[in-house]
Amino acid sequence: MTINVKAPGLATTVQDLGRPGHYHIGIPISGGMDRFALRIANMLVGNDEGAAVLECAFLGPELEFTADALVAVTGAELPPKIDGEPQQTWTALEMKAGQVLSFDFLKGGARAYIATSGGIDVPMVLGSRSTYLLGSLGGVEGRTLQAGDTLPVGQPRQQVEPGRSLPSHMRPELPSEVELRMLPDLYWHRITEASQQAFLDDTWKVAPEADRTGFRFRGGRQMEFVPREQPFGAGSDPSNIADACYPYGSIQVPGGTEPIVLHRDAVTGGGYFMLGTVISADMDVIGQLQPNTKAGFVAVDMETALAARRERRLALDAVREELTVQVNL
Amino acid sequence: MKTRYAHGGDEHIFVELDEEMSLEAFFKGLSMANKVRELNIDGVAEVCPANASLQVKFDPDVISPHEMLSKLKEIEYSAEHSDTLDTRIIEIPVYYQDPWTHECLMKFRDRHQDPDCTDLEYAARINGYETVEELIEAHSGSPWFVSMVGFVAGLPWLYQMVERSKQIEVPKYLRPRTDTPKQTIGYGGCFSALYSVRGAGGYQMFGITPMPIYDPRQEVKHLQDFMILAKPGDIVKFRSIQREEYDRILAQVEAREYDPRIRPVKFSLDEFNKDIDGCNKKFLEVLNDD
Repeated sequence: MTINVKAPGLATTVQDLGRPGHYHIGIPISGGMDRFALRIANMLVGNDEGAAVLECAFLGPELEFTADALVAVTGAELPPKIDGEPQQTWTALEMKAGQVLSFDFLKGGARAYIATSGGIDVPMVLGSRSTYLLGSLGGVEGRTLQAGDTLPVGQPRQQVEPGRSLPSHMRPELPSEVELRMLPDLYWHRITEASQQAFLDDTWKVAPEADRTGFRFRGGRQMEFVPREQPFGAGSDPSNIADACYPYGSIQVPGGTEPIVLHRDAVTGGGYFMLGTVISADMDVIGQLQPNTKAGFVAVDMETALAARRERRLALDAVREELTVQVNL
Repeated sequence: MKTRYAHGGDEHIFVELDEEMSLEAFFKGLSMANKVRELNIDGVAEVCPANASLQVKFDPDVISPHEMLSKLKEIEYSAEHSDTLDTRIIEIPVYYQDPWTHECLMKFRDRHQDPDCTDLEYAARINGYETVEELIEAHSGSPWFVSMVGFVAGLPWLYQMVERSKQIEVPKYLRPRTDTPKQTIGYGGCFSALYSVRGAGGYQMFGITPMPIYDPRQEVKHLQDFMILAKPGDIVKFRSIQREEYDRILAQVEAREYDPRIRPVKFSLDEFNKDIDGCNKKFLEVLNDD
């Protein structure tokens, strides 16, 4: 079975849970930016949680199905339509051969995940089907979808009933403003105490330069650096360090002006200092932020970071249980 | 050298071997990285040696950040930091002052420290070379260490294997360019970088190589086994070529007939520090023997 791409949407790519293990040669982890939503889309249609889906930003694609299938749309509130008929998000929808899946305008969030029973079956590259655009790797020829593409779909793993839906209280909120929890460390000591405080006190806004590589934030005060003689090899700007690896989620501030949080297609290293790292529990929500969304950074300690991670895991377990119960009814 | 440990959120530990770049710091990082890999620690997902640092990504549900930190400290104190390396020397042909990087750099003069000259002219002047040719001779005369691979897929950072007083140092562009031709030889800080793909970049542009170092489709002959050529610890020697040879190599690459010159070598940091010129001479003999 295949899906014909009639219209590609904006920046639609094939993504799964990612491609770990190659960061040391410059290949980022990739995978869906909102992995919580990606996993649930797969659960709803009876796939393995890590099956490949389509990730689309702001504007949905138009897809013609050549055989019957189940689909589910999660993440952003991007209402699906089947042959023009409005449908629910977070719900297993039945597609008949020849029908077209399209989308209404975005109502909230930024990135939607479209899962199909059987999963998108593009070739595995280095253990993953995820698209890494900067390296033209994975997905459909390493690029975003284009009109006229034909997407192969795998064999469904199990038959599940259409109509299964995630109860609304279990769906993550799509925030109109956000507080991102971060662990200050790495090169936090490079800026003055006053600048550390200003970074946490200021209200930032998501800049238009926000994509799978990273999210830039604007609107806070210029940072001041603790004076030092720049170490050999680091470069002359006070925000430079001897080029190092960048953690996924790390917050770099080139020139001390605009913080950038690196995401799934992170540049894996470079010469800018990092203030710290957004905790793993808060990475999914970044993928759902629209430009101009107000954001603040909140400093937390490791215990808080681990507790938040545990909470996310329990929420996902609850979803698994919920959707399993529905199958058994 | 003073090691500093830091947490990169709940999933990474960052180990800075030294604030400044040196082969000693690089070697210590590489040897710790190798040890972490050998130990096959449950939960470790990525081990990334960098210029003078090291990063480990792990699953905190399997190994706690505190446990991971103590493991790494244990490795730092107990591991014998081997200063020898079985590696290889790779020759990379470079067309310096080529028309493509020239065209690109002319587009971005407003982002440069000295808009009235080329990147090479600027680099030559601030490093005390009388002519661009002398700078090219220095850049292509001695070997380089691949001290890190990253930024984007397969992009190597290269560290010049000469005394610090002879190392070329150039600042990055004032504001990064939005374009850099694929396979550009760049320079920033004390590092050369070889842009594996086309894209944004802030390093000064010196030239271009016809030899691909990244091929996600794995069609190029020397990248059929693996799509990325460079590994941390590789030694590279640039060879200055002109247009005619550039075109010839490019045709060979496209015909899937090009074989880069690569020879195995053994590197010892101790021997290198005792006699830099002698060691480099030996490496070049191995590279050019036959």
